[in-house]
Amino acid sequence: MTDYIIEVENLVKKFGDLIAVNDISFKVAHGEIFGFLGPNGAGKTTTINILCTLLRPTSGQATINGFDVVHQQSQVRQSIGLVFQDPSLDERLSGLQNMRFHALVYNVPALVREQRIEEMLRMMQLWDKRHHEVRTYSGGMKRRLELARGLLHRPKVLFLDEPTLGLDPQTRNRIWEYILDLRQREGVTIFLTTHYMDEAQKADRLAVIDYGRLIAMDTPEKLKRMVGKDIISVKTADNDNAAEVIRLRYQTEIRRDGNELIFSVTNGEEFLPKFIRAFDIKIQSISLRRPSLDDVFLKLTGREIRQEDVRSTFKAMVRQYGRRQRR
Amino acid sequence: MNNLRGIYTIWYRDIIRFWRDRMRLVGAITLPLLFLFVFGPGLSTRMGLLGPGIDFAKFIFPGIIGMTVLMSSFMAGVSVVWDREYGFLREVLVAPISRVSVVIGKALGAATVALLQGMIIMLFAPLIGISLSVGTMLALLPLMFLLAISMGSLGVLLATYIRSIEAFQAVMQMLMFPMVFLSGVFFPLEGLPSWMDVLVKLNPATYGIAPIRQVVLGVPPEFSVLGHTMTLWENITVVAVVGTVVILMAMWSFGHQE
Ligand SMILES: Nc1ncnc2c1ncn2[C@@H]1O[C@H](COP(=O)(O)OP(=O)(O)OP(=O)(O)O)[C@@H](O)[C@H]1O
Ligand SMILES: [Mg+2]
Repeated sequence: MTDYIIEVENLVKKFGDLIAVNDISFKVAHGEIFGFLGPNGAGKTTTINILCTLLRPTSGQATINGFDVVHQQSQVRQSIGLVFQDPSLDERLSGLQNMRFHALVYNVPALVREQRIEEMLRMMQLWDKRHHEVRTYSGGMKRRLELARGLLHRPKVLFLDEPTLGLDPQTRNRIWEYILDLRQREGVTIFLTTHYMDEAQKADRLAVIDYGRLIAMDTPEKLKRMVGKDIISVKTADNDNAAEVIRLRYQTEIRRDGNELIFSVTNGEEFLPKFIRAFDIKIQSISLRRPSLDDVFLKLTGREIRQEDVRSTFKAMVRQYGRRQRR
Repeated sequence: MNNLRGIYTIWYRDIIRFWRDRMRLVGAITLPLLFLFVFGPGLSTRMGLLGPGIDFAKFIFPGIIGMTVLMSSFMAGVSVVWDREYGFLREVLVAPISRVSVVIGKALGAATVALLQGMIIMLFAPLIGISLSVGTMLALLPLMFLLAISMGSLGVLLATYIRSIEAFQAVMQMLMFPMVFLSGVFFPLEGLPSWMDVLVKLNPATYGIAPIRQVVLGVPPEFSVLGHTMTLWENITVVAVVGTVVILMAMWSFGHQE
């Protein structure tokens, strides 16, 4: 057994001319929570699809649990659990039947099968609904069912492609509690992609991916330290003028976000009182914050990831709506 | 062992779905019943006998059994397109069961469902004036099953190439109906225009329908290929060979899809 449960080397996936995954390499240790952070179309899902044997890489190698994803597919599949970005339930079966199907194909021992299914369904608060057809579930309930299913066979590696998209905060928290607990108890390795910064924050290590390339990889703390400085947001009576003054006086780059000016400084606590005292344009509001992963992303790519968040939620809604229309 | 479990699970899901959707069964046998009880008698009175004691309604009865089996197994096989559309196929494809067992499970599921429908049609025999002995009915089962497995596999094979529901509907229109109409379901295979004769004999469904008719009506072989009169077993062999080739192709292409 190697030290790493996931090893990816120079992975490339092309769709025609499009290079969806561009020479990515990384390793994930046993029991680690590893996060993929990146905007829509960055190549996150494509990478997961290769790792879970659904797609063949154009070139490069990847192993999971020591098994090659191209040549030892069935061992790889037995080692992993998945929650896909898009729905993958049989909507015509009940929740319980979906779980039983999964238990059977993953060879969950008959002795523990029913008990484990019940445990998972109760945890996701779906036990009362177990006999209902999945198409009558709400979006959040379907998501929870997929999570319950992905965990059912106690995989070594759990892939979560935006697992909590569209779930309410309480459910998200409960699911995260369970995931963390599972890692503690069973040493499951978790590979996740997310648009939620607070979720990315829970990862042990994050890889930032953009246009198929891995542009940074480190712990969330270290990534944030990379941005380094504290961030000041200020709203003034005359933003145009204020921006000029700040730029000249403090030699710093300024960004506009709505009607706020945003710039970063070292040692913000000491800077703030001095700044307010010396500034002659009327200040309407001012705030100071530590750098977040949003800022990391912005610094690395020059774009904000938060906007993408909204867009992908919308995309998921449109997708589900489209499905419903078709039946 | 793994493979058997996979086959069983895939098959079992299809059976559950079928059972949950019993209303669809009513829909599926409506068309055959219309042919049997409206189309058949309607034309019988005008057409006279097509064989000793065999009027048109009796003549098409075995054809309609075959048509029911053929259509429902084909549809069940192609239903993989729906699984892809609704995402469930991914759950199947990342599961630790081989693609081969998925194809076999699907074909068996399709065959089981089709067999059930064929048997339901079979029960209407007395109303057409045909009496089927238990032996005849038992002999029909393997014939229907063979046809169903072959057509179910053909459905799965096509489903690996069909990526949209629209394409699916086009295939149904362009493939299934010609297959049914050019197979001797509705008319004897003698004295056809020569272009039609060629198509009928290239159509594998022809060789699936003929034995069913022979067994149900107890008539001698009714058609010949290149001057050779096809016996019961020769017909069966053709279907078996075509079926085997198709299922192997389905396994291959299902295993190589992305
Ligand atoms: N089957 C496919 N055929 C052609 N292009 C594809 C295919 N799948 C993905 N792509 C393209 O590859 C790129 C990466 O897509 P991918 O789904 O991996 O992005 P992602 O990072 O998961 O984005 P999102 O946050 O929206 O889920 C996109 O430009 C997408 O259009
Ligand atoms: Mg994605």
